[in-house]
Amino acid sequence: MIAWLRANPDAFLDALVQHLALSGAGLAIGVALALPAALLLARRPVLAEWVSAGAGVLRTLPSLAVLAALLPLLGVGFTPSVVALALLALPPVLLHALVGLRGAEPAAVEAARGMGFTPLQSLLRVEVPLALPQIFAGLRTAAVQVVSGAALATFIGGGGLGDLVTQGMALLDIAQLQVGAIAIALLSLGTEGGFGWLQRRWERA
Amino acid sequence: MIELRGVTKAWPGGAGVQALDLGVAEGECCALIGPSGCGKTTTLRLVNRLVEPDAGSIRIAGQDALRQDPVQLRRGIGYVIQEGGLFPHRRVGANVATVPALLGWDARRIAARVEEVLALVGLDPAQYRDRWPHQLSGGERQRVGVARALAADPPVLLLDEPFGAVDPLRRAQLQQEVLALLKRLRKTVLLVTHDVQEAVLLGDSLALMRGGRLVQHATPAEMLARPADGFVADFLGADRALTRLGLFRISDAARDAADAPGAPLPEATTLRDALAAMLERGVTALPVAEGGSLTLEAVLRSR
Repeated sequence: MIAWLRANPDAFLDALVQHLALSGAGLAIGVALALPAALLLARRPVLAEWVSAGAGVLRTLPSLAVLAALLPLLGVGFTPSVVALALLALPPVLLHALVGLRGAEPAAVEAARGMGFTPLQSLLRVEVPLALPQIFAGLRTAAVQVVSGAALATFIGGGGLGDLVTQGMALLDIAQLQVGAIAIALLSLGTEGGFGWLQRRWERA
Repeated sequence: MIELRGVTKAWPGGAGVQALDLGVAEGECCALIGPSGCGKTTTLRLVNRLVEPDAGSIRIAGQDALRQDPVQLRRGIGYVIQEGGLFPHRRVGANVATVPALLGWDARRIAARVEEVLALVGLDPAQYRDRWPHQLSGGERQRVGVARALAADPPVLLLDEPFGAVDPLRRAQLQQEVLALLKRLRKTVLLVTHDVQEAVLLGDSLALMRGGRLVQHATPAEMLARPADGFVADFLGADRALTRLGLFRISDAARDAADAPGAPLPEATTLRDALAAMLERGVTALPVAEGGSLTLEAVLRSR
């Protein structure tokens, strides 16, 4: 493995950078869609129920199935992979945010209304701050799923560390395969640990 | 000051309010009482339009509340709910500053006002301003809730079970303090409570509701002496005569010039406590510290 890394540092770095780019873009787009959606749905409980149910279904779909389903629609390459990863990131962020907003301490929300907050002021100054721990938990789950899901992008030509695994398999190059697999695992664990650390740090603040 | 006329609100599940007429004069405290689901909380929430009436008129300080912007209306009415409803993510000072901040006061004026109202409710600003709500006791949270409601100096306050979460030992003192404060500030108060003793202690008038209707609206002494019907009598409790004696003090009763033996009671003692002292000592007359004595006859006559 070390030998393979010594021999192919560029191939490894390229795959790593691609993996991070895929994950970052997918997560960013997913969050950018899910958070505003959660805010819009916060005042529409019935619609929120339906969307939650839909997001729940989307969440249970295996990542590989999503990728495969998107193939005929979007073709192969980086962009379809990012779209698929965004779809992967969306449900946890949306669901956690909705749960957090719905669960925001009712007495505080009632007091906010009773003291003359407009609905928007109440949402942004009371409900969202109270939902932040949940929102962050959703972000953490989504990030881990996207980072590990990005390993599958290789199947639709999206690149990333998954390439090392598939190429290793095709060429029966066990060292390359192992470098890819271990890097993916470490990256996922690191994401989980990093977000967890951020969360604890922020909760203490 | 608060004037409800023919106010009706129907909920799908019942527990609404039907053709309610209720007035609270300026500087007075009206306690809404009644069994759960009688519509007392709905009535309170109609006043600041957290609930919109189906029919009727609501006037506050002569203004038609239903024609004002509800958000602006609420900023002009103090609102205290059980446990204070403090924002857990804001420090005490920021909580108290809520309405002044919504009204756009400048920072210096807000800071000065926060200090002022915290001191009014008996909390040292230097000690409490930067604490988080979860670091306070139930009673302290409630005090902060009252301070927050008073911050923008609204003429009208709505209190929804304000002392429900305070431990019983501290409740009496907090009730007395808040009552004295609201009286001193000449606030008009509408209070919801399920506790008859609390209503009697705090209310200049009691409004007893049942099934969305106002059954009787009278001073505590009047309602306790002459309940409108069996339901009111039952709700006030079998000990309503005793409760009523708690409204009067020795200084309100006829005094006998003759001395009586035993340790004297101060004039400010309630007749209820005086009667209890007679029972405890097995006597029919008690000496009064300020002179003379109180007889059982006098207590019975002040019924």
